Amino acid sequence: MPLTIGVPKEVAAGEKRVATVPEVVEKLIKLGFAVQVEAGAGDAATVSDDAYRAAGAQIVEDTATLWSSSDIIFKVRGPSPEEVGLLSEGTTLVSFIWPAQNPELLEQLAARKVTVLAMDSVPRISRAQKLDALSSMANIAGYRAVIEAAHAFGRFFTGQITAAGKVPPAKVFVIGAGVAGLAAIGTASSLGAIVRANDTRPEVGDQVTSMGGEFVAVDYVEEGSGVGGYAKVMSEGFQKAQRDVFAKQAKDVDIIITTALIPGKPAPRLITAEMVQSMKPGSVIVDMAAEQGGNCELTEPGTVTVKHGVTIIGYADLPSRLSKQSSTLYATNLFRLSEELCKNKDGSIDVNMDDEVLRGTTVVKDGAITWPPPAPKLSAAAPQPAAAKPVAAAPKSSGHGKPGAPSSAKRAGVMFGVAALFFLLIGAGAPKEFLAHFTVFILACFVGYMVVWNVKPALHTPLMSVTNAISSIIAIGALVQIAPPMDGVALDRPDGWIRLLAILAIVLATINMFGGFAVTQRMLTMFRK
Amino acid sequence: MSYSLATVSYIGATILFILCLGGLSNQETARRGNLYGMIGMAIAVVATIFGPYVAGFGGVAWIIFAMLIGASIGLYAARKVQMTQMPELVALMHSMVGLAAMLVGFANYVDPIAASHLSGAAKTIHEIEIYVGILIGAVTFSGSVIAFGKLSGKISGNPLLLPGRHWMNLIGLLVVILFGWKFVQADSIGTGMAYLIVMTIIALAFGVHMVMAIGGADMPVVVSMLNSYSGWAAAATGFMLSNDLLIVTGALVGSSGAILSYIMCAAMNRHFISVIAGGFGTTGGTPVAADGAQPAGEVTPILALETAELLRDAKNVIIIPGYGMAVAQAQHTVYEITRFLREKGVNVRFGIHPVAGRMPGHMNVLLAEAKVPYDIVLEMDELNEDFPKTDVAMVIGANDIVNPGAQDDPNSPIAGMPVLEAWKAATSIVMKRSMASGYAGVDNPLFYKENNRMLFGDAKKMLDEVLIALKA
Repeated sequence: MPLTIGVPKEVAAGEKRVATVPEVVEKLIKLGFAVQVEAGAGDAATVSDDAYRAAGAQIVEDTATLWSSSDIIFKVRGPSPEEVGLLSEGTTLVSFIWPAQNPELLEQLAARKVTVLAMDSVPRISRAQKLDALSSMANIAGYRAVIEAAHAFGRFFTGQITAAGKVPPAKVFVIGAGVAGLAAIGTASSLGAIVRANDTRPEVGDQVTSMGGEFVAVDYVEEGSGVGGYAKVMSEGFQKAQRDVFAKQAKDVDIIITTALIPGKPAPRLITAEMVQSMKPGSVIVDMAAEQGGNCELTEPGTVTVKHGVTIIGYADLPSRLSKQSSTLYATNLFRLSEELCKNKDGSIDVNMDDEVLRGTTVVKDGAITWPPPAPKLSAAAPQPAAAKPVAAAPKSSGHGKPGAPSSAKRAGVMFGVAALFFLLIGAGAPKEFLAHFTVFILACFVGYMVVWNVKPALHTPLMSVTNAISSIIAIGALVQIAPPMDGVALDRPDGWIRLLAILAIVLATINMFGGFAVTQRMLTMFRK
Repeated sequence: MSYSLATVSYIGATILFILCLGGLSNQETARRGNLYGMIGMAIAVVATIFGPYVAGFGGVAWIIFAMLIGASIGLYAARKVQMTQMPELVALMHSMVGLAAMLVGFANYVDPIAASHLSGAAKTIHEIEIYVGILIGAVTFSGSVIAFGKLSGKISGNPLLLPGRHWMNLIGLLVVILFGWKFVQADSIGTGMAYLIVMTIIALAFGVHMVMAIGGADMPVVVSMLNSYSGWAAAATGFMLSNDLLIVTGALVGSSGAILSYIMCAAMNRHFISVIAGGFGTTGGTPVAADGAQPAGEVTPILALETAELLRDAKNVIIIPGYGMAVAQAQHTVYEITRFLREKGVNVRFGIHPVAGRMPGHMNVLLAEAKVPYDIVLEMDELNEDFPKTDVAMVIGANDIVNPGAQDDPNSPIAGMPVLEAWKAATSIVMKRSMASGYAGVDNPLFYKENNRMLFGDAKKMLDEVLIALKA
């Protein structure tokens, strides 16, 4: 018996997202599920009931019917008290829950004897990235934050020189280089702004640069990475140094976008009233941490205010403002979760508590609270073991650079010594004629060395085949043996044997000679511009 | 033709050979270089045949007969060979030089004229020259035959590591030296011949053993090393015959091969000795990959259709070909895709790792065969910095040369090997037949990167599908 997935209309005020879209409905049906959607659920995200119907979903008019006839509920926002009341025993609910902030909700859900998977509790490990709804929402929020800022900002982002005068580029400062921060950096820099960013975790500097931003470091040594790739609370000394950096930036930049969050704690206050005051009139602050209290002292969550001539945007629903995009991504995250739940593709689910990803995501299992989960075994970005780095680097540096110099000098010395000894031995014992050949030999080695270093790597194969062809000069050795002039020396020469060996050698060498040059020519004619 | 005239011709030939190698420094001059080589060889051969070294018409007739046979076989082979088989052909040709050097050495030893005017130290040196010449020739011959077998798939590419192989080599070397001593002391050609034959057998066995112990991906080193040996064999023959042309040419070829071997070793961050000593076993590296450094996570597969979309949307694409492309004969499809994308204004370039393929420059030749213009085929150092600005890095049948573990993981057996930084591109696509690890037996963390996609299947088939999807 395939299970039914129900997607109700979101009830929270201003929530425009919906937990599934027609493209994903098709995929869910392929997994074996039946899908029903509440009438009008997708209206705010510009998805019509007909589109859902065309994808194979059933449209249910009545909210209560939908809740009671579904085995699995997909939602965006956590359920309202009324919605909790609609849950029947044994149902599985998938939505954002924020269990740390909403312990009462967790209690209520447990009392309904349901299973709840919280999309905000997906563990941050590589395998779970495809169902990491927080990241997909943060990405959208970061984009939208820049768009909101651009909307409120009275100038271009990109610098231009027009007939009507020169326009300086906008300067954007992004605090916190998580997913949202990076998305904001990328969006702002692609609009042409000069983007700077700061984060307590120094290792994200490269990521900032890769998105087109400039990393502004706080000059104070402290490791800022907490467990699971999130930031942690920093020491007082660091915070002071950080405030100095921010105060300096505030005077210079036009737009500040703050994304600093610490899991399970109120958002850190990073932008003080004085900093806001020091900003140029017309500047904009987008406080993406507004919901958790805001990174800016003057933020009023949910609204836009103008203080000291600075527009402070405190929207808490940035993803919802891009409802079509965020619905699609969230629906895909849910689909990936469904794949994890339904490994057999038979429309049934198995909340396997031995699976690290499902264990972390599940906050209520059959009426029992299972949150918080045990610490993750493997973090996406484990905090740097501080000691490991220098140790690993130490043996490397001894290989070259200063400490390496004496050893290489020593080696050169040994080599010269060996060479000198070798030449002495030869000089002592060898006859004159041999030495003449030896001189030629050594010089030829050096000429070969000089010439071959200039050969392009692209031509190494032709080089090999041509040197191979040239080495068939060995034929000369065989040629002179076929019928040497006797010079009056009458020795019993085994002519037959020698001639046989020499002819064989000539055949082999000529195969090489002609084959080698011909194939080189063939290759070289292929190289073209 | 007098002695002097022949000698002057030899000098001319020598200069032409040097110009020949010099010409290869650049694609524009390479063809002229090859022509110089041919002229030089023709001068050398003609000067020898009609010079003072060959007496009577009978000898010339024999020579022409032998050369006609050799030339027709050689030209036929050169015409028939496919570009993917170049490494095999080159290895086979090395074996011929080696065998020829051996034969010349034996012939010279039994020829009483050669040593008739020598005595004392000169005679001893002459005999050492014969001995060494045959030794190098034999090692080159048997080693190249095995290399040919391995490259053409007739012999398994896995390294054959016999127990106590270093001791076996050492004992072989000692026996060779001992017999060399006795050989020089031998008073009759008969006794000397016995020592010579035993030494030849040991040398042949040594050549087989040496190349058997070397794995598939180390083949570029082996092929260039054998190239070097064939040169030294020619030089040794030159000493034996007191012929400066042979000495110079042999030295040129020998040092060229040695440099190539060195470049290949440097590209793999390996010591020449450890490559020759065989496999990765010498450093005990293989099991290291098992502890701790095992990359975790899941790979993200992708379809040909999605690959085509990624390529179509990209502005900068870098293609990294490897041995897999050669095996699948996919270079022509790669070119078709390249041409299509370039017509659409996509900046497509190729990144060639020095040890990609089975011999130095293997990939360049394949791409040239497929008409890829050589100015978009770049070396590792030329474009490694461009990866962060690249939208799609497409890895076709390569593995170890794009392994980020070489940079990040000091415990990796390939740590420190220079690699193409494909993972720094916005998206990397790895085309592979399966998840099997590369030659080095190291798992590749690239596959598990978030921005990496795996396109599984035969490279040719998948690329054909990509091309169809692109044109659709």
